[in-house]
Amino acid sequence: MHFIKERFNYLFKSTKGLIFVAVAMIALETAFFGMLSGPMAEYGIRDVVIRIFKMDLVQAEREGRIIILYHSIAMAVIAIETYMVTSTLMMKDFYKMAVRVLVSIGYIMVMIFGMGFAYWGHNWVLHGLFITGLALIFFAGVLLCVALWPWNTEYYITNKDYARSKGGVDIERLAFFTTAVTTVLSAFFGAIPGSFFGNGFVVFLAENVIRLPHKTTLQYSIIGHLHIMLALIAIMITLIVGRWLNFKGIWHKMAMPLMILGCIVLNLGVWGVATPLEPVAHMIIYVGATPSMLAALFLLIWSWNKFIKDGTNHLAKPTFFHKLSAMVRDPLKFGPTWQMLFMNFTTSGIGIFMAIELDKIFRLWPAREERIELTGHWHALSAIIATIILMYYGDMVGLKGKTRQLYGWALIFSSDIALSAVTIFEMKRLFISEAVQQPLVNGLMYAIDFGLGLLLVLLAFVMVWRLIDLFKSKGRWTEEGTQELTDEVAI
Amino acid sequence: MKRIILTSILFAAFLSACAPVDLNASMPPFDPGIDPNAWVHIPAGEFFFGQYENVVSTGSYEIMITDVTALQYACYLNAAVADGTLKVEGDSVLGYYPGDEFRSVKHELNIKAGDWQYIPLTDPSQRVKFDGTRFTVQTGYENHPMTMVTWFGARGYCQYYDASLPSEIQWEKAARGTDTRPFPWGDEIHRENANFYASRDPFENMSSFGSRTSPVGFYNGKTYNGYLTLNSKSPYGLYDMAGNVWQWVDDALEGFSDRFMKGGSKDTYDMNLRIWTRNSAPPMYYGPGVGFRCVKNP
Repeated sequence: MHFIKERFNYLFKSTKGLIFVAVAMIALETAFFGMLSGPMAEYGIRDVVIRIFKMDLVQAEREGRIIILYHSIAMAVIAIETYMVTSTLMMKDFYKMAVRVLVSIGYIMVMIFGMGFAYWGHNWVLHGLFITGLALIFFAGVLLCVALWPWNTEYYITNKDYARSKGGVDIERLAFFTTAVTTVLSAFFGAIPGSFFGNGFVVFLAENVIRLPHKTTLQYSIIGHLHIMLALIAIMITLIVGRWLNFKGIWHKMAMPLMILGCIVLNLGVWGVATPLEPVAHMIIYVGATPSMLAALFLLIWSWNKFIKDGTNHLAKPTFFHKLSAMVRDPLKFGPTWQMLFMNFTTSGIGIFMAIELDKIFRLWPAREERIELTGHWHALSAIIATIILMYYGDMVGLKGKTRQLYGWALIFSSDIALSAVTIFEMKRLFISEAVQQPLVNGLMYAIDFGLGLLLVLLAFVMVWRLIDLFKSKGRWTEEGTQELTDEVAI
Repeated sequence: MKRIILTSILFAAFLSACAPVDLNASMPPFDPGIDPNAWVHIPAGEFFFGQYENVVSTGSYEIMITDVTALQYACYLNAAVADGTLKVEGDSVLGYYPGDEFRSVKHELNIKAGDWQYIPLTDPSQRVKFDGTRFTVQTGYENHPMTMVTWFGARGYCQYYDASLPSEIQWEKAARGTDTRPFPWGDEIHRENANFYASRDPFENMSSFGSRTSPVGFYNGKTYNGYLTLNSKSPYGLYDMAGNVWQWVDDALEGFSDRFMKGGSKDTYDMNLRIWTRNSAPPMYYGPGVGFRCVKNP
């Protein structure tokens, strides 16, 4: 009993244990339900999985299933970010505990009962528990906003290396607070139309209605919701990475106000699609996205400079190659900002190119082609966020030496190969016709399967390693139980 | 050594992506025995329309039991060019369209009255050939659905024979009958039900040209050279209402220049073969996975 109690305390009461559980849940869900996706259907694996696990998949409910699947993974990611925020920023113990209890129970309920409802018949009790889970996460978000209140004098800072107001308000904390508040508000943009459409189970995927010229306010709201939630998860992980790397100095002072401004304007733009401002909403979104992305760029410039300085300060006259070597020496710390840069190729670049050339190119193709680009670019962004989380996770579990190098570079290479191939796949119609595309498609699919497969194998190794560790009486977990991320911020 | 092997594998994979595709690879000469000139009567009455099963009513109409074949379309072109309805200009067959009402809605294309392309003639995927005087069909494709045809070209064919393209509602009713099935033949889909992406039918080669069209009415329960098909006709006896080629329908929404396509195709995964699934494209779009069939309203 003591054996179980100790492990339970680690897994559900410590920061690193909670993150481990959430990462493991996502890994299991991704691996299992990934077997139902397109390529797996091609190989016949989907049919076998459905038969063995006695799934009840009604054709008309596919969109509903996918929506629940997306939500269950997203809630676990939000839980991970919440654990990171509550471990990194100062807050009262009561809030820290309450937020963690609510978000943990919430995401586990969403995952278990949501997927049970979606894939194994319609037991309405499961649906109710799924909604309860979502509601708990919402309340956790509200409490987190209260906990992060930046105008509490206890949280004022005096260190002039960090962005702060004249009175001492921690501007970085204000950025976290702004992101948390706007996330809670943006949840409404999904919850309200979700209640409306879900009431009659008239569900739809945004990419299927995107071309229709006349969309209802609630349809716009759904489209806005999915865009802003992913953007906010990305903004939050950028802030978390900044804290992890101990982002400071002049770049920090410039970045944090931009992050706040960008976050607010971006939200106003996305909320605007569900208002009479819709015709200009996209322009507001571009205006909001620019400062947010600039802030991320400042983090990149600062961190790469820091890696170079730290890695070459023993040399009198470092060459370009010395600097380059120093910059990429630690893939787990270089990786997150590299992935943010890479995102410009897979997501932002594609999005901007599509917006500029929409009428000239993309709207002349069939809607199903446009749908590939739409779904592809946000799947790529989600995958990039996942790899950044895994890089931080690799650091927090103490990977060192060759293992750290192998894990870090494998994460970077496998995801970048897969996502590059995804991006070429999305854009293939620009340079190849339908009739002769098959060999190219096959090549890209090999690259995607190789990259994502390697990523999952890597994740599986880490999870199995951590699982084995749990069975050791003096395992690594015994040390992690009391460690907080704020104590491990880079110096 | 390991590095050399790994590099060689990656290089081979890269080279395989650059392999040329033979668009004229031989086509298995199967005859399903379904008459593409046959029509079926759809009675007036209510049915369940769309994914969420809205009850909608239609009048009675007749609809072709198969897609229009390449041979049928070639015959039409010969007749219509001869009588001056259509003209050949450059590498296109052109025909008149009276235009859409333009409402200046965002992203809307202005489809003006005038001559529009019905089919391209020199595209390597075009199976209808023109020798300067007559239209013929590439051997092996005679009983395959007509593809590489624009919405204008599909509409023009139907109108020439005093018919029209089906509305989306007419199309769905003909595919679904009066129950709520997701596929024309029932609730489940198997590889032998229809021609879709990687369905392992005798016409595809996923390492080269990929998925190709199958003869109209192919999935009728017959066995072709050892390949057993399931009888996949709709409740009213229509074939290929799921898979093979997307089918243009007539509907045009206000302020939306796209036209809808239904049924999924040889190039799409099975979920796109569900009856209510929509695709759309501007009316001047043509592709190797897009065809049509006609209806006659009383």
